[in-house]
Amino acid sequence: MSIKDVLSPFTAWKNLFRDPVSIRDPLNRAAAPRYRGFHQNDVAQCIGCGTCEDICQNGAIDMVPVEGIATKQGDSGLRPRIDYGRCCWCALCVDVCMTHSLSMSNVYTWVDGDPDAFRFTPGVDKKPWDDAALGYRRPEEHRLTGRVRAPMGEIEPAERIDSFAEIVDGYDVAEAQFEADRCVSCGLCVATCPTHMAIPQYIKAIRDGDYDLGVSLLYESNPFSGICGRVCTHKCETTCATRHEGEPIAIRWLKRHIMDQVSVDQIKRVLVKPTAPTGRKVAIVGAGPAGLTAAFDLAKQGHQVTVYEALDQPGGMTRWGIPEYRLPYDIIDQDVDIIRSVGVDIRCNARIGTDITLDQLKADHDAVLLGLGLQLGRATRIPGSEHADVRKAVDLLRLATAGEPIAGGTPREVVVIGGGNVAMDIARTLARLQQQAYGEVKVILTALEDRAHFLADPEEIKEAGEEGVIILDARGPQQVVVENGSVTGLKTWRVKAIFDEQGRFAPSYDEADAQFHPGSMVVEAIGQMTDASLLGDAMTEQLAWQRGRLQVDVGGRTSASWLWAAGDMVRGPDVVSAVADGHRVAASIHAALQEGIAK
Amino acid sequence: MYQPFPPDRSQYPAKKADGTLDIDLTSGKYLKLWQGPNHPGITGNMSVELTVCGDEVVEGKTHVGYLHRGFEKLMERRTFIQCFPIVCRICVPEPDFNEYCYAAAVEELAGIQAPERAHWIRTLILEMGRINSYMMYLGGQAGSLGQGVIGQWTTYVRDLMLDRFEELTGARIYHMFILPGGVRDGLPDGFAGRMEETLREIESILKDVYDVMFCNAVFKARTVGMGVIDPAWLDEYGVTGPNARAAGVAKDMRKDHPYLVYPELAFEPVTGKDSDIYTRADVRRRDVLVSVDLIRQIMAKMPMDGPLMCAVPNVLHWKIPRGETYIRGECSRGEYGYYLVTDGSGYPRRVNVRGPSYTHAMALLERMIVNISISDVAALMVSLHTYPPEIER
Repeated sequence: MSIKDVLSPFTAWKNLFRDPVSIRDPLNRAAAPRYRGFHQNDVAQCIGCGTCEDICQNGAIDMVPVEGIATKQGDSGLRPRIDYGRCCWCALCVDVCMTHSLSMSNVYTWVDGDPDAFRFTPGVDKKPWDDAALGYRRPEEHRLTGRVRAPMGEIEPAERIDSFAEIVDGYDVAEAQFEADRCVSCGLCVATCPTHMAIPQYIKAIRDGDYDLGVSLLYESNPFSGICGRVCTHKCETTCATRHEGEPIAIRWLKRHIMDQVSVDQIKRVLVKPTAPTGRKVAIVGAGPAGLTAAFDLAKQGHQVTVYEALDQPGGMTRWGIPEYRLPYDIIDQDVDIIRSVGVDIRCNARIGTDITLDQLKADHDAVLLGLGLQLGRATRIPGSEHADVRKAVDLLRLATAGEPIAGGTPREVVVIGGGNVAMDIARTLARLQQQAYGEVKVILTALEDRAHFLADPEEIKEAGEEGVIILDARGPQQVVVENGSVTGLKTWRVKAIFDEQGRFAPSYDEADAQFHPGSMVVEAIGQMTDASLLGDAMTEQLAWQRGRLQVDVGGRTSASWLWAAGDMVRGPDVVSAVADGHRVAASIHAALQEGIAK
Repeated sequence: MYQPFPPDRSQYPAKKADGTLDIDLTSGKYLKLWQGPNHPGITGNMSVELTVCGDEVVEGKTHVGYLHRGFEKLMERRTFIQCFPIVCRICVPEPDFNEYCYAAAVEELAGIQAPERAHWIRTLILEMGRINSYMMYLGGQAGSLGQGVIGQWTTYVRDLMLDRFEELTGARIYHMFILPGGVRDGLPDGFAGRMEETLREIESILKDVYDVMFCNAVFKARTVGMGVIDPAWLDEYGVTGPNARAAGVAKDMRKDHPYLVYPELAFEPVTGKDSDIYTRADVRRRDVLVSVDLIRQIMAKMPMDGPLMCAVPNVLHWKIPRGETYIRGECSRGEYGYYLVTDGSGYPRRVNVRGPSYTHAMALLERMIVNISISDVAALMVSLHTYPPEIER
């Protein structure tokens, strides 16, 4: 201890001559630019996926309905309401927000006498900080969920061009788990899926490696899971929350992965067993997705179901319309085998109207369901289109499945009219046949739509191009040119607009931009329609119709109490919609049979 | 050297045959006195049950639990990412060690590696937090002896550092910035300049603190030779950090078990000789200067671009394989550690937090408190630098 120790403390007095460091107005002190203050939410961008609610460890976020925001595809219509009595300002909600809509302002002071005022829906309940420019925004690279989709292996174009082998490899377990891990389990996909498959749950089953659970979840809503795992139109992926972050979850490929991992026996083991027989009999015409789905449901409910199929193998359009390189036939066989295993009796080569009459079916059964599909190709009716070498895509695809040759041999040069998936299917099938027969591909596809509005899936367009199909967009077919009795090609004009001002289908053309596409065969792939001739004139007359389709109620029941119709013939072409329709109509038939009022 | 009581009183009160103290409360000789939980001379929400004879403490028992929120148990029911906002609350004045230790433990068991730039930012944050923690301590140590002004000054510079925390992490106290996989963001524009200003202000204030607190006859009279920790006790009680270094043992996790980017930084652990309250305070004061220097080194050396987060699995259902690990670091009080056990599920099986205050404020304090005067209890307790929440996780 020294004299310094006595004097030194008095140096504290020098602060008398310093400015005070106090902040005189702390309420109006601006917080740092990335401060985590009260939330902001761009409700127009928010899709109500609820990921913020999921991650909040305090339970401070509730997804609530909001006036003026309707539930629609890809948007639950709910918005996060935040309870600031619970919020700890950790901003994990902002970090996992799929759309970047949620953020935090740098405003942190707010005084209110009402405790309930501190529970509000940001962006909906107007607050002074709604327009604050500063605050915590998730940094661009800061991500807590996976953005990039697990890549899917495919056979290279050079290898696949002359082969009908399946193109897509499917995921192995590691790839599937990687992809399944990206799912945020929001369930927007479930609402979008026509048959409302339990998508987040079966994706979780993949993560957990529980394939028994996975497959039983698939079969709860879709007995065509093997088929849908390959060729579903996967509308679910168009509403997937992760698509806002990067690529949507490969939901279709994950479904396929489950089906690839389990054996038929395993599936049969986990299936719900049919209930006791009810003694009711149901006839189903057409062994396509709608008919067989309904058969599967009704058989499990104890009804005796017989399916009549005109062709020699079941599957409907999935077998006769979809090429093998997209959907191998053994996958269809497997799905059908499982449907048979619950007691469905499928009788092939039994054409109603010819082999058995509809009246006979009606007499022998308590209910009859028509699942006829869309078997007839539509015609362009342009000059020359009545020539024998102007063929319908569906007819040629059917020949390809049956392994039968095309009359007159595989054409060396083909022009396909149409821009949908069926046009792609036939173009790619013919390309393969040409490659096998002649070692070169000469297929031109002319579509009415321009590239931006193509009806076919983008991957179909890409793969068709890779396989040598020349795709011409915005070309309107005008005339099939026939010289000396043989088709020599197709004349087209450029399309200026497909629809008129009222939105009706009325293509207008630029006649100056005419082209001639050489080809010894022209294939029309512009749509299909139902062959309902089995109904007979009297029945056709008796039933109610709407725009060329049988009129049915919500449950698929026609104006005749014993007759139901389902699938493409009433809904338009789509496998998974047909499956959904199959469930709906089965429920309607079951209810009717329960009430005993059928017939 | 200041000796509050003659050495021969050290065995007072007498011990019974079984070794327990012979305190007969009915004798009228003793008085029970509670210091805390609401008491200005207590470190946070804890209390010491004193048995006094006159103004001499003959027995002291630490009571904790006033702040028990069950963090370790809470974490067993939260996903790995949901634990991240909780952990910082285990130590309020220096929360970042929880974030770092937890994140590092999760990273190790999940088999992921935070990017290098994140290591630099983590080190920066830990040193910033250390300065803040010491500033709080210096104010408290001076305050425990009646010097209110030191706390005013250290709070002022601590507030400046909180401003730096706010602009870097987006929050002042609970930063929630170091998360498994990396850190949230990089340094904001102009941060280095403002940090340098803050560091200069800290050095300036620390100079004032030295003049007024350390070169102070009263402070010296009260603290020199007071509350001596025998170096032989260090291992016996698990004493770490400045409490050990003031006893002349250079225990410093940053050197002994280097983590983050400490191997790339030049520094020497600060040690003292006398192991009394004054020395411990002085070790901490000099440690602030080491931290100031470390921050300058970090700001000069750290990479300014590169990733801040490694790819983490989807945190909403992050499962971590079976495993266990213990991650430790040198916080302002000593060894801070996280023992994490995972069982392959989406939740921690067990999280155990080793806060240095546990040993310092309970076992060590109960031994040291005997035979000191009531008026010295606060100074002694503060000199061990304890934060109750880390005792009762």
